[in-house]
Amino acid sequence: MFLSVFFFLTGKLREMLPLHINQKLRKKEMGEENKVTLYGMWASPFVRRVKIALKIKGIPYEYVEEDLRNKSQFLLQYNPVHKKVPVLVHNGNPIAESLIILEYINETWKNGPKILPEDPFERAKVRFWADFLQQQFLDSLRSATKSSGEAHEKAMKDVFEKLTVFEEGTEGFFPNGTPHFEGENLGFLDIVLCSLFGSHKVGEEALAMKIIDPERHPLIHSWVTAMNELPVVKETLPPHDKMVSFIQSLRGNSLD
Amino acid sequence: MEEVKLIGTWPSPFSYRVIWALKLKGIPYEYIEEDLSNKSPMLLQYNPLHKKIPVLVHGGKPICESAVILQYIEDVWPQNPLLPNDPHERAVARFWVQFAENKVPCIWRLFRTTGGEEQEKAKKESMEMLRALEEHGLRDKKFFGGDKIGIADIAFGQVAHWLEMIEDLVGVKLIEAHTFPHLHAWTKNFKQVPIIKENLPDYGEMLMYFKRARDNFLASRGPGM
Repeated sequence: MFLSVFFFLTGKLREMLPLHINQKLRKKEMGEENKVTLYGMWASPFVRRVKIALKIKGIPYEYVEEDLRNKSQFLLQYNPVHKKVPVLVHNGNPIAESLIILEYINETWKNGPKILPEDPFERAKVRFWADFLQQQFLDSLRSATKSSGEAHEKAMKDVFEKLTVFEEGTEGFFPNGTPHFEGENLGFLDIVLCSLFGSHKVGEEALAMKIIDPERHPLIHSWVTAMNELPVVKETLPPHDKMVSFIQSLRGNSLD
Repeated sequence: MEEVKLIGTWPSPFSYRVIWALKLKGIPYEYIEEDLSNKSPMLLQYNPLHKKIPVLVHGGKPICESAVILQYIEDVWPQNPLLPNDPHERAVARFWVQFAENKVPCIWRLFRTTGGEEQEKAKKESMEMLRALEEHGLRDKKFFGGDKIGIADIAFGQVAHWLEMIEDLVGVKLIEAHTFPHLHAWTKNFKQVPIIKENLPDYGEMLMYFKRARDNFLASRGPGM
C-alpha cells in the first residue's frame, strides 16, 4: 500500500511539472531525447551535406535510406510540404532543407568546429554565396542537364559563367591564395561546394563534359581538391561507378 | 553605432521587407531611392554581381539579397527578435523564409500572364503555394511567428499586400475567406500591425505603377503570346 501511495504521489508531482519539462521527461523515457535520425538518399548531394556536418560535429545518428519512388510515411509526415530528403529528426522534431539543417546543427551542438562564422558580416557573405550556388547555379545546371544540342551548349556556357562569378566573388575568402583546411574544419560554404563539386569527376565521366576545369576555374578546383583529401569528405563520397550509372540514367530520363 | 543605409526602390516588396525589419527593431537608417532604369554608381559598387535592390550598407559594408539581409539584421541587432529562441522553431521559421524565396515568385509569373494555358498554370502554382501556407505554415496561428510577427511574416508580406494588386490587374481572385480562412485573416492582421500599417506603399499608387509596368511588359512581348 505504501508503494502504491508513493507511485501515486510521484505521478501527481510529475503532473505538476511545467508542460515542457513533462514532455522532455516523456521523450527521454521513449528514448527520443537527443536521438538524431537522418532521412536520406545515397546519391543526393543535399543529404551528403548533412552527413558531413554531423561527422564534423561528432554527432551520432541513425540513417534511414528512402526510396524516393516509394516514399515512407515518415518522410511524408516529417516533410509534408516538399516530401524531399534530407530531413533531420532531433528529439522527435523534423527539420527540412539542407541549408537550414546545417544552421540548426550549428546552433544546437555548440561543441566542435563552428559551421557558420561568428561575425555577422562574414556569416552574411557565406549565406549569400551558398544561396547563389543553391539557386542560380543549380538552375543553370538543371537547364544544361535537361537539354541537348544547341540549347545544351548555351546552357553550359551559362554554367561556366556562373562558376566564374563564384570564383571571382569568393577570392577574398583566401588571402593566402590557396584554400587550406586545418583538421576537418569545414564551414557552411565549404560543405555546400564540396557536396556540389566534390564528385565532379563522376559528373564529368557520366556526362562526358568537364565541369571543374583547373585552367578555367583554378580557385574552385584547388578548393575542391583540398577538401577531397579530408577523411570526413572521403567517407561520405558515394561509390564512383554507382554514381556514374545513376547520373547517366537521370540524364537519359530527362532527355526522353 | 555605425551608419546604416538602405538602397531600395518604391514599391518593391523586397525593399519593404528590410524597412519593416529595421523599423521593428528601432534601427535608424538613411533610405536611398534607386532608379533602376538608371543605376547609380553606388549600387553598381555595392552589388556588382546582381545590380539589384535592396542593399543594406552597414559601416560601409554591403549586404545583398533581402533574405540574407533579414538574417544579418537579426544577428547584429537582437532586440525585438524576428526569430524565436528555440532552435527547432528557428529552423521552422527559416524553412518558411526559404519557401517564400522559392515558391512565392509564382504570383509574379501570374502577374505577367494574360490568359490561356500560361495563366492557368501560374494560377494553379499560386493556389498550391497558398494551400501550403494555409495548411502547413500558418495553420491556426495568428501570425507565422505565433502571437507576434516574425521573419516569416515579413518574408510573406508580398502575399498580404502585393498579391491583392496582382489579383486586381490580372482579374483573378486567389485568397478568399471561405477557401483560405486563416491566410485571409492573416492578410488583414499583418497589415494592422502598427509598423507595417505605417510602412506600406499606397494601394492606389502601387496599382497604377504596376499596371504601367505590366502594360509595358505585355507590349514588349508582342501579340499572340
